[in-house]
Amino acid sequence: MSTTVTPTTAPLPEAATGAAPTRGRGVGTRLHGLLGAVPTGVLWILVLLWTLPSLGLFVSSFRSETAVKTTGWWTVVTDPQLTLESYRGVFSSSTSDAPDMWQHFMNSAAIAIPATVIPIAIAAFAAYAFAWMDFPGRHWLFVATVAMLAVPFQMSLIPLLQLYVNGAHLTVFGETFTLLPDLDLQGTITAVWLTHIGFGLPLAIFLLHNYMASLPRDVFEAARIDGADHPTIFWRLVIPLSVPALAAFAIFQFLWVWNDYLVARTFLSIGSTDAPMTVRLATLSGSRGQDWHLLTAAAFVSIAVPLAVFFALQRYFVRGLLAGSVKG
Amino acid sequence: MSAVTMDKMTKVYPNGVTAVSDLDLDIADGEFLVLVGPSGCGKSTALRMVAGLEEITDGTLKIGERVVNDLPPKERDIAMVFQNYALYPHMTVEQNIGFALKLARLPKDEITKRVHDAAKTLQLEDWLKRKPAQLSGGQRQRVAMGRAIVRDPSVFLMDEPLSNLDAKLRVQMRAEIAKLQRDLGTTTVYVTHDQVEAMTMGDRVAVLREGLLQQVSEPERLYAEPANLFVAAFIGSPSMNLLEATFERANGDARVVLSDEQSLDVPAAVVADNPELEGFVDKPVVVGIRPEHIFDASIHDDRVDASGPRLQADVELREALGSELVMHLRTTAQRAVTDDTRNAADADDAVLDELERQAESGEALLVARFDARSRARIGDRVELAVDTSQLHFFDPETGNRMSA
Repeated sequence: MSTTVTPTTAPLPEAATGAAPTRGRGVGTRLHGLLGAVPTGVLWILVLLWTLPSLGLFVSSFRSETAVKTTGWWTVVTDPQLTLESYRGVFSSSTSDAPDMWQHFMNSAAIAIPATVIPIAIAAFAAYAFAWMDFPGRHWLFVATVAMLAVPFQMSLIPLLQLYVNGAHLTVFGETFTLLPDLDLQGTITAVWLTHIGFGLPLAIFLLHNYMASLPRDVFEAARIDGADHPTIFWRLVIPLSVPALAAFAIFQFLWVWNDYLVARTFLSIGSTDAPMTVRLATLSGSRGQDWHLLTAAAFVSIAVPLAVFFALQRYFVRGLLAGSVKG
Repeated sequence: MSAVTMDKMTKVYPNGVTAVSDLDLDIADGEFLVLVGPSGCGKSTALRMVAGLEEITDGTLKIGERVVNDLPPKERDIAMVFQNYALYPHMTVEQNIGFALKLARLPKDEITKRVHDAAKTLQLEDWLKRKPAQLSGGQRQRVAMGRAIVRDPSVFLMDEPLSNLDAKLRVQMRAEIAKLQRDLGTTTVYVTHDQVEAMTMGDRVAVLREGLLQQVSEPERLYAEPANLFVAAFIGSPSMNLLEATFERANGDARVVLSDEQSLDVPAAVVADNPELEGFVDKPVVVGIRPEHIFDASIHDDRVDASGPRLQADVELREALGSELVMHLRTTAQRAVTDDTRNAADADDAVLDELERQAESGEALLVARFDARSRARIGDRVELAVDTSQLHFFDPETGNRMSA
């Protein structure tokens, strides 16, 4: 600061005032430029910090068991010895009592696909009704639906398991009513995707409702005048116009279900042939964790599908997150 | 083609707000009726009630001979054009125009034929395969029109269809819509807040204010004989100068006193035309003077009465339009500011503030349309001649026009 003050007290005001702003601007511009670069710099540091472990994992997955267990992954720079040994280990890990990885891959798909498609199908109807149909109690029903987002699903794992094992029965004055019959769902793939559907629905309804509610009212009125009723408006207008939101939710839900371990681990018995990849991969490290090097490759085998989905649909992913906040 | 009859049509919203009250309107078969008024006057609500988008609280609405109060929009045989077009963004122009026909399960070749006919009428043939996002504002507007005319309905309903277009296009589309309506002969109800649109397009114009019908008549009559202060202040651009004055009679001559220094003689013929005036001797009245009836007294042509009364004013603003000059002139007179005139200012705060300032200062800002030859400049003092045969008189209490 002192340097910018001194010139004004200098004996030659013309020269001083002539020079002072120039110097001040010079310092200011440089400082401003420096400060302007700070957020970008911080961002880059964050990006590096966040990427480094994944990079290490990726490099390790291509190193041999001994190399992984004796040296750090960064030594690959000086000693570049890469092998597909771990990947071979992951795919050939089937034993006589456990099916191969391909079977578990298909299990994951058998869980993730219905758990993605069904909630969207239900939520689209619900969201349309909440957004554009008048019925008594609409507001409070919607509030209740959104409030379900707050239910921690870890808390409901045991009650759900009870439900799948025994069904639900209510005894009032010695009379027993069966609310849900015992469908013997425990240990089945159905139990897994059913749970995912239940916990996916509130978010799906919320997201789709917000998107659909932001569609211009005039278009709906024009359609009514053109002779369209609710089903026509839903199928011919709302669904085609909601593709970005539908795709965004589909990605979210698919990634979440594909990467899920807890739900599958809870409702399927250990070593089940119906287990999804995540559950199977977790057993790869062996009973004493001696084969942990395999997990590096397993992680990337598991990530492959979500990555493919993300890159294929990332246009919708970004747009969908903004859904409803900006028009267009 | 059908007539539209509204009988005491009323809309009260669940929160108790009355948007339209006891609206009586008979719209003849093939007529172009414009509903006009400042924002919030209920004109759009009235239109939406005809469309079936708003429920009718009370009264009856007939299209043709049918009472349609409880019919859904699609059974009313109407088509509507919306302010922001409301096109279906994911459909092509062809699909947009043909949507209603498709829903009505018309045969495919019939739909194609009618869509192409409509597109030809509206010069949209080259754009049939485009989506709305690829069209200009004017073209989107045409598609919206196409969607209406393709159905050949009994009634067209248009809700400020031109307000999203730029000024030049608006003038062009105004003429096109008016011509199209004449060619098709379809009964049309057209809502606008733009009184120029109302005056140029309508066979008749209905002026609404706060849900109440003020006046329905031909544009010329509306302009020449506004029924009350609100209509007088709302219709006309620039709008009518409204001044508080006292009506006096002396020796058979009548005059209105605008201020201590200024007054205007009222010709006997005008008094005879407004017999109610006799009841206002020495009482306050509101005098209305259209801008085109105030002249620069220094220009001599046959419109200026050489011996007529003169007003003194200072030029505050001069807008040269080439063909004429719009002059804002400050003079000693009391500006009439009532709820009517405030309402007609359409809730424009700047305009309202100016009105209040004038009402307090005892000086009124007159707007006059001078001959382009006038040499008056800003700051000059000018003498004004007034065509006193064209004065309008209103009762300051009720706001109603004095008439025979």
